[in-house]
Amino acid sequence: MIPGLSNMLGGLSRPVVLMAATASALVMATPLSADTLRAVKHSALRVLDPIMTTAYMSRNHGYMIYDTLFALDENMEAQPQMVDSYEVSDDGLEYRFTLRDGLMFHDGAPVTGEDVAASIARWGERDAMGQLLMSFVADMGQDDEDANVFVMTLSEPYGLVIDSLAKPSSNVPFIMPARLAANTPSTEQVPEQIGSGPFRWVEDEFQPGVVAVYEKFEEYVPRDEEPSWGAGGKVVHVDRVEWIVMPDDQTKLNALMAGEIDYWEDASADLLPILQSDPDIEVANLNALGYQTIMRPNALHAPFDDARIRRAAILAVHQQDVMDAMIGNPDLYVLCGAMFICGTPLESDVGGQTLVDGSGQDQARALLEEAGYDGTPIVLMHPTDVSTLRTQPVVVAQALRDVGFEVDLQAMDWQTLVGRRANQAPPADGGWNMFITNWVGADVFNPIVNNMVGGQGSEGGWFGWPEDAPLEELRLAYAKAPSLEDQQQLAAQIQEHVYEQGYYAPIGQYFVMTAWRGELEGVLEGPAPYFWNIRRAD
Amino acid sequence: MFGYILQRIFAAIPVMGFVALIVFLLLRLTPGDPAAILAGDAATPAQIALIRTRLGLDDPLYVQFFSWIWGMLRGDFGVSLLSGTPVLQMIASRMEPTISLALTTITLSVLIAVPLGVIAAWKQGTLIDRFVMLLSVVGFSVPVFVIGYVMISFFAMELRWFPVQGFRSITDGLQPFLERITLPTLTLTLLYVALIARITRTSMLEILGEDYIRTAHAKGLSETRVLMRHALRNCSVPIITVIGIGFALIISGVVVTESVFNLPGLGRLTVDAVLARDYPVIQAVILLASLVYVVVNLLIDIAYVVLDPRIRYQ
Repeated sequence: MIPGLSNMLGGLSRPVVLMAATASALVMATPLSADTLRAVKHSALRVLDPIMTTAYMSRNHGYMIYDTLFALDENMEAQPQMVDSYEVSDDGLEYRFTLRDGLMFHDGAPVTGEDVAASIARWGERDAMGQLLMSFVADMGQDDEDANVFVMTLSEPYGLVIDSLAKPSSNVPFIMPARLAANTPSTEQVPEQIGSGPFRWVEDEFQPGVVAVYEKFEEYVPRDEEPSWGAGGKVVHVDRVEWIVMPDDQTKLNALMAGEIDYWEDASADLLPILQSDPDIEVANLNALGYQTIMRPNALHAPFDDARIRRAAILAVHQQDVMDAMIGNPDLYVLCGAMFICGTPLESDVGGQTLVDGSGQDQARALLEEAGYDGTPIVLMHPTDVSTLRTQPVVVAQALRDVGFEVDLQAMDWQTLVGRRANQAPPADGGWNMFITNWVGADVFNPIVNNMVGGQGSEGGWFGWPEDAPLEELRLAYAKAPSLEDQQQLAAQIQEHVYEQGYYAPIGQYFVMTAWRGELEGVLEGPAPYFWNIRRAD
Repeated sequence: MFGYILQRIFAAIPVMGFVALIVFLLLRLTPGDPAAILAGDAATPAQIALIRTRLGLDDPLYVQFFSWIWGMLRGDFGVSLLSGTPVLQMIASRMEPTISLALTTITLSVLIAVPLGVIAAWKQGTLIDRFVMLLSVVGFSVPVFVIGYVMISFFAMELRWFPVQGFRSITDGLQPFLERITLPTLTLTLLYVALIARITRTSMLEILGEDYIRTAHAKGLSETRVLMRHALRNCSVPIITVIGIGFALIISGVVVTESVFNLPGLGRLTVDAVLARDYPVIQAVILLASLVYVVVNLLIDIAYVVLDPRIRYQ
């Protein structure tokens, strides 16, 4: 008899107790298969093409079924992954990449230089870092004599070739068969899920919004090195991985504690004390770079078409207030004025001190007066349906009001915001003045991947659309910088310039904890969740 | 009767057409852009515009509408804008959990609620009656998610009798099916027992005061025979109506229950599609819900005739 059951049933007749016992035996939960890893991710997988979209779930899907030429390790250094070796010509214009032996797609075809060229070209249409790389590429393709060799010829030396190919977050330069990459525009989804990664997509079992299933790809040949972030050997120890969609945090908690799932990617901060008190559950921050939450003004329209007023808005905000309201637990955030993330080689506090110490309000008031701010309301979009985005607008709105701004805080759902922020019309005609969003640290950790430090304007720029030719020149100089020291110096200049112009501000860097069953070993850290190397303890 | 049914079926066609038009227009008037959602957070406006064009979202509204209607007439409900999965396939995969939950809940509710309602009416004013009414108030008042969490906490976490969440098809075996459908069924059953028992009691009280009931007693019929044969049958019309509407309500989505127990049903599909502005999915699901209401109402009307011979349709 189950402990406690006899007490509960003590007052019932013997036949009723027997019936209840029989029923309980009948319906006792089925134990999990030892070969299946059941994970609950932060969201549902819907778009299956990690090049077409920048959605993180699609990126994570990409890491399951595709492989990359290079990958960053925990020291944020690019390491060969599909590449066995590579050579750079003395003039820095020709890169010859030799692929590892035995690389094979899930349909049985070998990976060739032609596949690599088609994949990189498609990625280069879509991704900002890829587009920059392509602007330096004069020619690329499979070597005429060796299908295992991919050759890239540049028009001028470019310092970020390997870093670009090792880009760890959306969009990641995944390698897919040329027949798919070359024949599918980057604005359409590839029709098949064929990669050469450590897992194989199980098409038949995919239910959007319910479950995505992967099986171990038996023919995958991992590298010999120890795994480190996305680099090193991708050794798979389970037969099958299921990504289960669960909409409710309490259900996720219960399911993890009951052993019905093995892994919860973004454990709710409210429920962490319960998880941490359970000896069968491990809880850790797997992404040391964390997330950056940012405020973005729209430079196209008044009053934020004036740099002084944009700057005043940034000076008004104190990160401590935002983080206290949004996260609460000081172990789960850092106050950080570095646009390129605290803890990276490009970390710098230049220009962001007031965000950290909260001393900018008087300067903000003075700037508003100097700029002759006329009380035009700031339309601040407030997504109320996303738990990680619903708090910051309220705090920022109050900070803006405190220094003299009029704020029109407009509640909406996130998808309305996503549609509206693409509108370049004035706020009165359906546009906007400011919104807040979050980025994975790896998506903002250098001036090339960080969309908010661009100055391309309304044609090709990211939402907010500042037009700033000197800033673009600084980014180009960063891209060509020959050494890390030069990169650091240029990144600091870019950061200082962006703060002065008030194009965007990080308003906190926070961390999301992952929880998993204690019997799992080998859970890897990194800017994206990886499912190789995980094994169930005997 | 047969003519009436045919007439009702034909009458449903313009109703469905009207629903289709309203749903289509409302969705297009709702802010949000599926192309922007599809492109992701880092996409530029130019990239979003390209995707919008490819999806046909730039076409005039009437072109989009007639293209959708024409597709449906050929049995093609389109594909999800996000995943590219055929809409019918998505709906079909979500039907079983929802229909299972609806059938188990309604069956269990009727089995419990109708006898309770009859007994409460029979024993009006007694402790039994008050207990049934108290149960009814509790069933109506306590939010479904609270009942769900209590069920999970006690039966799944404490006693470990049932899994916390999930759904298994009955084709996987009766045991795994029952394991996962029991707690959500019990959770919803409390609400429906409250509703049906109350309606049954009220209807029975009305009938029990009729002259023919007194006559039946005077004839010396047993209490059970009077209650079941003469009273219950004559108050079955309102009960059937409530049961039918309750069934349709579950089919058209019990989002909270589906979320708490992680059942991949139609309710969650609808909410997910609305949040993602996945137009083809939303349109199809709402049309399906409308169809369910039309069919359930028709079945209720037919049941009236079967249960009450005095009712005749011209």
